[in-house]
Amino acid sequence: MILRAASGEEGGFTPPGPAEFDLPPIGGSLGSFDAFGQTFEIGVTKPMIQLVLVALLVFGLFFAASRKQAMVPGKLQFVGEEAYGFVRNSLGRDIIGSRDFQRFVPYLFALFFFVLFNNLMATIPVIQFPTFSRSGMVYALAALTWIVYNAVGIQRHGFVGYFKHQSVPHGVKGPILLLLVPLEFLSNILVRPVTLALRLFANMFAGHLLLILFALGGEYLVLEMGGAYAAVGVLAWILFILVAFLELLIQFLQAYVFVLLTAMYIGSALADEH
Amino acid sequence: MDALTAQTQVMAAAGEELNPLLPHLIEIPLALIVFGILLFGVKKYVVPNFEATYNARTKAIEGGLAAAETKQAEADAKLAELEQQLADARHEAARIREEAREQGATIIAEMREQAQTEAARIVEHGKTQIEAERQQAVTSLRAEVGTLATTLAGRIVGESLDDDARQSRVVERFLADLEAGTPAQN
Repeated sequence: MILRAASGEEGGFTPPGPAEFDLPPIGGSLGSFDAFGQTFEIGVTKPMIQLVLVALLVFGLFFAASRKQAMVPGKLQFVGEEAYGFVRNSLGRDIIGSRDFQRFVPYLFALFFFVLFNNLMATIPVIQFPTFSRSGMVYALAALTWIVYNAVGIQRHGFVGYFKHQSVPHGVKGPILLLLVPLEFLSNILVRPVTLALRLFANMFAGHLLLILFALGGEYLVLEMGGAYAAVGVLAWILFILVAFLELLIQFLQAYVFVLLTAMYIGSALADEH
Repeated sequence: MDALTAQTQVMAAAGEELNPLLPHLIEIPLALIVFGILLFGVKKYVVPNFEATYNARTKAIEGGLAAAETKQAEADAKLAELEQQLADARHEAARIREEAREQGATIIAEMREQAQTEAARIVEHGKTQIEAERQQAVTSLRAEVGTLATTLAGRIVGESLDDDARQSRVVERFLADLEAGTPAQN
């Protein structure tokens, strides 16, 4: 912010900041409210529309792919089955275990493609905004995972049994437990949703910010500075393209990691022993 | 209100931007509702379809494998049966050939025997016939020779030896002498 103010005074380059993610409501603000000491606009924003579009897309795509139930699948059905089988087998069955995984498959499947497609929105031309660079949306999904794995754990082991299961490491005895139990409780119950949310949010946020920086910085160097700086600007644009491909990988990986961790949390909550 | 909004926008532009870690409170329920609806749709309409397809395909493949195994077993049984039949047929053929050979040998032996008998019979018959013909020739020759001899002798002696009885006696005696190897001294 200081940098921005300083550069603003010089009339030079204004680097992109968190403000780039605070998109104004489409068609104007319907009002505003205060929370956490900040003022929030009320209205429909671009990421909200993306969220709804992705939900429709995921459902529409996989419903169309699964509807025919042909023995010999066509292209669409084949792709759908591969995608479904990937989440079902490598994220569901292999992590949660073949005994319990089936009832979590819809959740994992919907979650994976919901997160993946929303992440890919950052790369799709014209849209180019990662939905999950909005922290509120990530908090919602992380909270849902937190509720799900704790709920199934309590259902399986009982309320006290579950917290004992999550907090007391198996096979540890004696006074060391005084140290370990709070740590385990902290890491398994309290920290998990926070890291889960921040990992996805921060990756999407930082990746998009990096891309904006390369794009705007390159533009400034080419258009405003000229000369040798223009060459650097072109280099920045090349880097923009390379980083965009890197982002594509990260967008997939973050969706994968998010669902993988969800499955692991569910699996560990259901496990009989550590 | 408008003034407040305008002021907020001005502030935002001036750098009083929102902390990105602080959630927009509308986004949390919105994400939950949108994802909840998606989850419901996926759970009700997508996952059962995929699972049904998987199960049906697994069944179809298992059924196909079972059918193939049955077919294979049937084919194996058929093959064994045919091989058995072929072996039987070979056996049968060998047996028939052996039998035929034996029969042939028997027939040849029989035929040979028959032929020998026949030959012996023909030879015997020929001998008898020759003997009879010789006997006949001897008889007729004897009569002829007698007639000729007496005629010749009659001419030589100038006397007709017409008396049959005498003639016959002379001839008989002559021939008897002839056979005895002592020609008649007359």
